[in-house]
Amino acid sequence: MPRPFTPKVVAANALIEGDAVWLTADDDWTRDITKAELVEDEAHAALRMLFADSQADKVVGPYLADARPGPTGPAPAHFREAYRVSGPSVLAAPKEHEL
Amino acid sequence: MYDYNDFDRDFVARRVAQFRAQVARRIDGSLTEEEFRPLRLMNGLYLQLHAYMLRVAIPYGTLNSAQMRQLAMIAERWDRGYGHFTTRQNIQFNWPRLVDVPDILDALAEVGLHAIQTSGNTIRNVTADPFAGAAADEIADPRPVAELIRQWSTDHPEFQFLPRKFKIAVTGSPADRAVTAAHDIGLRIIERDGARHYQVLIGGGLGRAPMIGKVLHEALPEADLLPYLEAVVGTWNLLGRRDNKYKARIKITVHEQGIDRIRTLVQEEFERIRPDFPGFDRQILAQIEHHFAPPRFARKSVVAYEAARAADPVFRAWADTNLTEHRDPDHAIVTVSLKKHGAIPGDATAAQMRLLADLAKAHGHDELRITQSQNVVLPHVHKADLPAIHAVLRGAGLATANIGLASDIIACPGLDYCALATARSIPVAQGIARAIEALKIEHEVGALEIKISGCINACGHHHVGHIGILGLERGGVETYQVTLGGDAGPDAALGDRTGPGFAYDQIVPAIERLILAYLDLRAHAEERFVDAYRRLGADPFKAALYGAAEKADAA
Repeated sequence: MPRPFTPKVVAANALIEGDAVWLTADDDWTRDITKAELVEDEAHAALRMLFADSQADKVVGPYLADARPGPTGPAPAHFREAYRVSGPSVLAAPKEHEL
Repeated sequence: MYDYNDFDRDFVARRVAQFRAQVARRIDGSLTEEEFRPLRLMNGLYLQLHAYMLRVAIPYGTLNSAQMRQLAMIAERWDRGYGHFTTRQNIQFNWPRLVDVPDILDALAEVGLHAIQTSGNTIRNVTADPFAGAAADEIADPRPVAELIRQWSTDHPEFQFLPRKFKIAVTGSPADRAVTAAHDIGLRIIERDGARHYQVLIGGGLGRAPMIGKVLHEALPEADLLPYLEAVVGTWNLLGRRDNKYKARIKITVHEQGIDRIRTLVQEEFERIRPDFPGFDRQILAQIEHHFAPPRFARKSVVAYEAARAADPVFRAWADTNLTEHRDPDHAIVTVSLKKHGAIPGDATAAQMRLLADLAKAHGHDELRITQSQNVVLPHVHKADLPAIHAVLRGAGLATANIGLASDIIACPGLDYCALATARSIPVAQGIARAIEALKIEHEVGALEIKISGCINACGHHHVGHIGILGLERGGVETYQVTLGGDAGPDAALGDRTGPGFAYDQIVPAIERLILAYLDLRAHAEERFVDAYRRLGADPFKAALYGAAEKADAA
């Protein structure tokens, strides 16, 4: 039996800044994972990855990351993705261009 | 120090111009990421979890004050105001924007620095003893030959597409502060029959298949070095396993083929290419050696130093731990700790970099070094200047007296930054350092090397730590395995794994138990942790690690 599909978000890094970004339902990229599209179907996930792969002028290295529904939108399911959401656990300084 | 000549300047400037055009073509869509990635890696630009990361080579860990100031400027202008010094004597900037990187590289080129070959399957930045040219125990300064190797390996046409990355380290001291046995090639300068030779080790490396380097040549005559290196890398370039990147490093080639067969093949290749080296390399080495002439050491009284030692216990504690014997008895080698308890190992703010540059300019013959333990060295300081230097360092949070002690921890960036990491390293290092500080036992414990890696690639050298910690993912959580008895010195050894790993919130208390147990187990105050481990074996240390947990389970 194939493993059941678990919900995903399409994650990537922004081309210019390198920031962690996620794909939204309206084909945009957001730095807020709760605004990302939670993909709950394998066939749809493949379509969203095809779209993400066509976005080389905006992002680098798109991939499917496990996620779960949270109170305000998708939340990371694995601690690695959680650190991409929160930034380094040891430093809270914003990037200079974000000041 | 080596100064770029016109050839170096022109080469680096052209490379920056090329990369500027490559970045522009990536942004305008002419290059795909697949096409661009090897180009950016050739120039030291990685993409990590939250941002790009630029790794800048600090050749053999040597910097002058102008270079350190420029690193501070880059940190402030294009990054977040700090940089991270690494176990390979490099500096990494964690937050550059892609569009700014060509400007950063131009700024580096202004002071004779670059990021070329700090990534990719090439010969990486050559590392050396951070006390080179200063240490009392040195046979010869390893930096001239390290610079020769830098020039030979930079853009070497045969070695731009190696099976895997390739790291070379050189020591001129039998104390081996360059971890040569954990490198693809380790060179140890030795005296034989009154002449300088090299003991050549190959096939060392940590990572997923850790190996201690094996002796390929007991005493290579100095004049044969470059053709011999070319023979070693050329032999591996053909034999290396390009079918499997986990088997591609030379340590696996040596393991599979045997050191004797490799020695035979290298000797054949050496004899074939030796006539191509009629002596031009020797002329260049002679020119390079002029750049590394020892500074003119001042002659003045050391009374102020002795007086400060007698009067100030804080100064004395710092002097006892952070100074190393200099070749000139009136001078000292100062290691400045970037490991204040609770700080991020290896991180320095722009202000700290400038302060260190100022101290080097005023009191240190304009020289700075980066150590394999992620600290900064002022290699030539007159003892009379030490009280003033200590006072300045204290004001900047840089006077922690912990070099070689339990809180002088190596930690890789781990999962706080690194895309390859499987667990965090930095907060574990911070937690251990804070726990040691709270117990006030650091100086009683004495020499203890703790090294932490956040994945199997072992950038934190955990295999050769007296206590090594490896962060992994197990069952969806961060888990930490402990190894004991490793050694990074001349008699390098890999540590032994103790048993099951510890959860993130259990690893710091486990290490604390281990250190407290050592205090009870040691034969006398001078017996180091690692010596007690070798004498007693693993059992009493395992009991300290796991005994409490077992009791807790039973309760």
